[in-house]
Amino acid sequence: MAAIGDDLVWMSGNEAIALAAYEAGVKVASGYPGTPSTEILENLSTYEGVYTEWAPNEKVALEVALGASFAGVRALATMKHVGLNVAADPLFTASYTGVRGGLVIIVADDPEMHSSQNEQDSRNYAFAAKLPMFEPSDPSEVGALLKEAFALSEEFDTPVLFRTTTRVAHVKSVVKKGEKIDSPVTPGIEKMPAKFVMLPANARVRRVAVGERMVKLKALAETAAFNRVEPGTGQRGFITSGVSYLYVKEVFPEARVLKLGMCWPLPEGKIRAFAGEVDELIVVEELDPFLELHIKAMGIACHGKDLIPDQGELNPAIVRKSLDPASMAEQFSAVPLPMRPPNMCAGCPHRGIFYNLSRLKVFVSGDIGCYTLGFLPPLSAMDSCVCMGASVGIAHGMTKALGAEAKGKIVSVIGDSTFIHTGLSGLINTVYNGSNSLLIILDNRITAMTGQQDNPASGSNIKGEAANSIDLEALCRAVGVMQVDVVNPHDIKGCRKVLEKALERDEASVVIARAPCVLLPEMKKAQHIPYSTRLADCTGCMACIRLGCPAISWNPLTPEEAVASGYKEKQKGFALINEVQCNGCGQCQALCKFDAIVRQEAE
Amino acid sequence: MGAQGNILFSGVGGQGILLASEIMAYALLAAGYDVKKSEVHGMAQRGGSVTAQLRYGEKVYSPLIEPGRADIQMAFEMMEAARYLPYLHKDSTVIVNTQKILPPSVATGKATYPEDVLDHITARGIKVVLVDAFDLAREVGEVRTANVVMVGAISAFLPMAASVYEEIIAARVPKKFKDLNLKAFTAGRKASQG
Repeated sequence: MAAIGDDLVWMSGNEAIALAAYEAGVKVASGYPGTPSTEILENLSTYEGVYTEWAPNEKVALEVALGASFAGVRALATMKHVGLNVAADPLFTASYTGVRGGLVIIVADDPEMHSSQNEQDSRNYAFAAKLPMFEPSDPSEVGALLKEAFALSEEFDTPVLFRTTTRVAHVKSVVKKGEKIDSPVTPGIEKMPAKFVMLPANARVRRVAVGERMVKLKALAETAAFNRVEPGTGQRGFITSGVSYLYVKEVFPEARVLKLGMCWPLPEGKIRAFAGEVDELIVVEELDPFLELHIKAMGIACHGKDLIPDQGELNPAIVRKSLDPASMAEQFSAVPLPMRPPNMCAGCPHRGIFYNLSRLKVFVSGDIGCYTLGFLPPLSAMDSCVCMGASVGIAHGMTKALGAEAKGKIVSVIGDSTFIHTGLSGLINTVYNGSNSLLIILDNRITAMTGQQDNPASGSNIKGEAANSIDLEALCRAVGVMQVDVVNPHDIKGCRKVLEKALERDEASVVIARAPCVLLPEMKKAQHIPYSTRLADCTGCMACIRLGCPAISWNPLTPEEAVASGYKEKQKGFALINEVQCNGCGQCQALCKFDAIVRQEAE
Repeated sequence: MGAQGNILFSGVGGQGILLASEIMAYALLAAGYDVKKSEVHGMAQRGGSVTAQLRYGEKVYSPLIEPGRADIQMAFEMMEAARYLPYLHKDSTVIVNTQKILPPSVATGKATYPEDVLDHITARGIKVVLVDAFDLAREVGEVRTANVVMVGAISAFLPMAASVYEEIIAARVPKKFKDLNLKAFTAGRKASQG
């Protein structure tokens, strides 16, 4: 193998997409952060000559990319699978308008839900929106396939979907750098109303063009090199795509494989011929029986989900267990151990709000972000979480359903970025249709969960340059919220008073809990003055433990140990602050009634 | 180590597993192997149990290691060594940082940290190498180099020369921490050889 550092680089699938987009001459790229897609735009923003941006949501991102395509440049939109639901409206009609400059939409699925609320299979969108979809198996395949996608987009006048999964996006392998190429399309304003104005008369004509396009794409699928038959031995033949291809190769390196680089539309002739060469045809695919159903619809017999699970991600062990159990490695059984779920960071501002919510005995309609961790014990202060922006509408719906009974009992919580994404329209509805539910905006100045991306409220753009920062208070007032309070979430007692008052109101109100994320670079650099435990004063009441802060631990004592430590015999233990981990937020100090928690400078 | 191998990294989000696995990947690439690595980002990084999976050989297909087929496990925390026991086989080597990080259920007094946690591994006849990476890193002068101490510790079980790792470390850590990290590497390598 040639050395890393010449034209060979070691990179993730997402880094490889950014490199390939740059090489393919992409001029405009827009997206919304979402695991496992986020690093694509972050990386692309470091290349010269490509405009990149974080959009407020995926629908806007796709519309921006479509606009750039209309203007005749190559454009990219990036999102996670659930983001494509948000962008589905422009997607289905962009299929009709087609493109000028090549348009590729990256959609990153998350089988197994490593960091998602569902594991939908985005391949179904290719079928439903009548669009071609490419699917690389690993980072090394990304470059050629993405360039193919852009060329095909322009040649066939179509947006192209490009699907990855977690085990492509976040897998690293050796990638070969390629040639930088340019689109043959000339940028400029070109009025093409029959193509760009999708009112019914024009759309009906374009619908026919979409049908004709699919026929041509099917013909291409038959001959294109990205759909290849790998010769082999044995009675079985495998049809597969994406990362599943690698699992098949791992378990059956000698087998005959039809590898689909484009998973829609399917090469019917090629599949039929392949099926004729093997005794047993097996479709190996993650999640839905997408290939299987369409192959069966061709009248071709095959195995698929009768053998391979349709839930969770696949791996070589699952493929082996499903198709060749005799070759399974011996396995030690798992050891029962306390679980280690993720937790909010030490000093996280969200913790203060969720502590108060856990005491207020309200129904908490939650949303998508780090703060979804408020669901976990000991805070256990989230009662629903569905999708981006849903918290506000759900709280309003519950309030309307229950009337007077709901007063003071229903709260929605949403992060700053999620509020801007799709929460605002929910708030407009709450005010317009008059309910008294309380919305708490957890404004930590950043899109935190996905790894600190800027957003329209953070004051910087994707490159870290100064940008407008939305005035959230003014925005809430502008949509008609009469009472907007701003609180410091670390001030637990002060927050409690404001929240109690807000819950008594007869109209919609908003509380903005504002304190920066502790993972922000400026917060990491700041000198925090940690708190410490004055052990002699700790009574073991566990008030601070109920915060669930990772910097505070409970240390149990036997009666003998308690006495030996100078405590009362019945004291069950003591709390201890890890000063290295403590970020000095002070939430725990406010809860200690015995002055056993002190700021270090005060000692 | 033969012509191919599987290395499983396990620990707690925030311990620097990604950097450690990157250094290992570059070292194996420098030795001429094909390498693939799988990571999980996002929700898993907020103090949860995390893994990285590294596979090398003449040609690597799957980015994921099958249970029962990890040759080396590099565990950054004791309980996170035992959690992935199903990935090991009887000839595996497990290098464990003897640090304990309490999961939320233990820190809030709802569960206890199992004291004998490594016995689950040794009872199967699997070789366990203990490294007090936190303490060695503190001796070096920067506790945040514990992950590079661990790289030093595992390096003693692979054929590449120390200079291969040192070159990679020098190129991949911030300049002002370069010397500290090189010292951390040497301390770890010595610890597992000793």
